[in-house]
Amino acid sequence: MSNILEVCDIHTFIGQFHILEGVSVSVPTNGITVLLGRNGAGKTTTLRSIMGLTPPARGTVTFDGVMLNGKSPHAIARMGIGFVPEHRAIFKGLSVRENLQLAEHRGGDFARKSDFIFDLFPDLKRLIELPGGNLSGGQQQMLAVARALVPDNRLLLIDEPSEGLAPVIIEQMIAAIQRLATGSSVLLVEQNFRVAAKLAQQYVIIDEGRSAINGDISALVQDKALVQQYLGIGTS
Amino acid sequence: MMINRRTSAIAALLIFVGLISVALLNAGSLGNFGITILSGLFQGMLLFLVASGLSIIFGLMDVLNLAQGSYFMIGAYVAYDAQHVGGLVDLTSTIPDPNVRFIVAVIAAIIVGGTLGFILERGLLRLLYSRPVFQLVLTFGVSLVVLEVIKFIWSTTPYSWTEVFGVRESFFQLFDQRFSTYRLFVIGVGIFLIVAIAILLRRSKIGIIIRAGVEDGEMVQALGINVRAVFTLVFTFGCAVAAFGGAIAAPFLGASTSLGSAFLLQGIAVVVLGGMGSYEGTAIGSILVGMAIAVAQDAAIGTSFAALPSITPMLLLVLVLLLRPSGLFGSAR
Repeated sequence: MSNILEVCDIHTFIGQFHILEGVSVSVPTNGITVLLGRNGAGKTTTLRSIMGLTPPARGTVTFDGVMLNGKSPHAIARMGIGFVPEHRAIFKGLSVRENLQLAEHRGGDFARKSDFIFDLFPDLKRLIELPGGNLSGGQQQMLAVARALVPDNRLLLIDEPSEGLAPVIIEQMIAAIQRLATGSSVLLVEQNFRVAAKLAQQYVIIDEGRSAINGDISALVQDKALVQQYLGIGTS
Repeated sequence: MMINRRTSAIAALLIFVGLISVALLNAGSLGNFGITILSGLFQGMLLFLVASGLSIIFGLMDVLNLAQGSYFMIGAYVAYDAQHVGGLVDLTSTIPDPNVRFIVAVIAAIIVGGTLGFILERGLLRLLYSRPVFQLVLTFGVSLVVLEVIKFIWSTTPYSWTEVFGVRESFFQLFDQRFSTYRLFVIGVGIFLIVAIAILLRRSKIGIIIRAGVEDGEMVQALGINVRAVFTLVFTFGCAVAAFGGAIAAPFLGASTSLGSAFLLQGIAVVVLGGMGSYEGTAIGSILVGMAIAVAQDAAIGTSFAALPSITPMLLLVLVLLLRPSGLFGSAR
């Protein structure tokens, strides 16, 4: 299976802090890969390093054979990488429609994709003229994911999609991510191991800024000792 | 959020009504009252032309451009120079009609202001986006350099506008008082620009990008938008609008080396009072500060307290910040 994204031994600093001390991740074309790890392990920084928002000082990031190092975040996004950050980063003063239109890479992207987006998240259709700040947490998360679907992205980086959501909304989000993964590759950060196990085929565990172990998620679910060691939780 | 906005609107209205009441009590006659109101709106619109650029640039780029007043001053000097005989570029023989020459002078001021703004952003400021304190020092340094260059070209002598042209010289009668049509013209231009920029921010794609950038510039980049190019555009536009303000102020205020610092200080008062980065706050703040200055000017007549008009914007600012630390329409940053 070919890989759409190759992150190779990246080291990232935030100020003087050495946050990533050697992270390597391969994301196969099609399917979902999840980054797992304890709080503060460096999962979010890995996604931000791929997007060029906190660029790595060492190591390489290659997307579809093209090196991303040194490219600006907007250039990286234009290559076909969608980013759904932690805490959603919805523009609260902009309407749902404006939030979606802002993500267009070409005029008419939103009009072309609106049927697919509203099919995935029907609630957004009736909320279209409301300011982003008036939406509930779950609706904001839907909008954040929908925004990444407006252009023709080939890879989606999604950070903590289930964070702070009610169980029923989490189920909707799982279904939506499973559907959108049929057309794009997904690199997911997820603290909720149950959600991660349900969604992903591949996993990478990041521990104290280093990628520690990776493989098929089905094998990880069976390996309770490994899960306990790196994630500090039981799998049952 | 809605309650906050309503409270802000009520607070702004109360301040406005308070200022109008003081103006009415001080005036003694409707004619004098009309002069104070017209003067307040005139000064408010000029302040808006400096403060709108300051506010949008700060909101989007987190840069407090201390050179903004200098662009206003450059606009005034360029317009004055182009309009009058014996300037650096003498247009009086090429364009004998003073009305047409004034239009050309204003356009020249906008082009010079915009070009210098573009050079400042691209050549200097861009290198310092991750260092906010250095940006402050840089823009302050640029304002000093501009001042010295102006003194070198035009000397320190203040220039009064002497060239006669249509709207500058016409007057209208109201409440037995003669009012300058030019003040009305500036107020009209100011209101037009307030509405035009608001429509641009609300309706156009670039406006949506600017509003989004004010909230979260990093996320705008992550959506594939070249924020640096938007920074350049907004900075250039802000400086061009300030130069335009200087150009249309010059027929009334003339051109002098104190214009820059005076309008910068008042402009900062407007932006902070209205709420940093809030466009509507800046528009309303401009009118309130302009009115407060006019009321103070009226009150200072016949007293020994000549400094009252110049300290009034700061007094109003302190009052608002005591009650609402983020300004009238600002959000906590």
